[in-house]
Amino acid sequence: MAERATIVVQSGDMDKLYSSLIIANGALAMGMEVCMFFTFWGLERLKTGGLEKGPLSKMHMLGLGKWMVKKRMKKANVASLERLMSDFRELGGRIIACDMTMEIMGIKREDLREDWIDEYAGVGTYIQQARNSELTLFV
Amino acid sequence: MAEIKVVVRGEICPVPLIETRKALRTAAPGDIIEVVGTHPASKKEIPMAVEALELELLSVEGSDTDWTIRIRR
Repeated sequence: MAERATIVVQSGDMDKLYSSLIIANGALAMGMEVCMFFTFWGLERLKTGGLEKGPLSKMHMLGLGKWMVKKRMKKANVASLERLMSDFRELGGRIIACDMTMEIMGIKREDLREDWIDEYAGVGTYIQQARNSELTLFV
Repeated sequence: MAEIKVVVRGEICPVPLIETRKALRTAAPGDIIEVVGTHPASKKEIPMAVEALELELLSVEGSDTDWTIRIRR
């Protein structure tokens, strides 16, 4: 059986989502099975049209910092979050949405990109996934 | 036995690795995949992925900023 990676995406910040998706795609590319568990502010990014909406974790400066970073990323030809997400799905990456967060924040399934999500679940599912993983991260 | 060419010139981390993996997934056993790129770190990392996937690395040629990697699935 392939080695597993499990990533908790708790932050909705743009730069942290980049880190998560790049690591996730790298792990898939190198033959691991990958599961991303989206919770709290991370779940906001799974809303329809929400993927690119996150602020920068530092130096956001009311959007000016994010605008500058995005400009530099474009110049360096960094892939968009949309593309990284679509690659992640194409390579067989799985996504679990935290159903407790959905309840707290009043998020309904139809608010989310349901085509990206394999499962709506809680901490028990995460633990079962994580205890069988060689790599676990909380971002 | 087919030969598949993947051109990732100008692409940076993690795209060369992702595109290589996509090609390897669609290839049949025995097919040759040739990856052409310009991202220095990927020249080292694609062979690492080939090893992790237990496939055969046929050759790595060229400079760090203009390389060709051949893999047999």
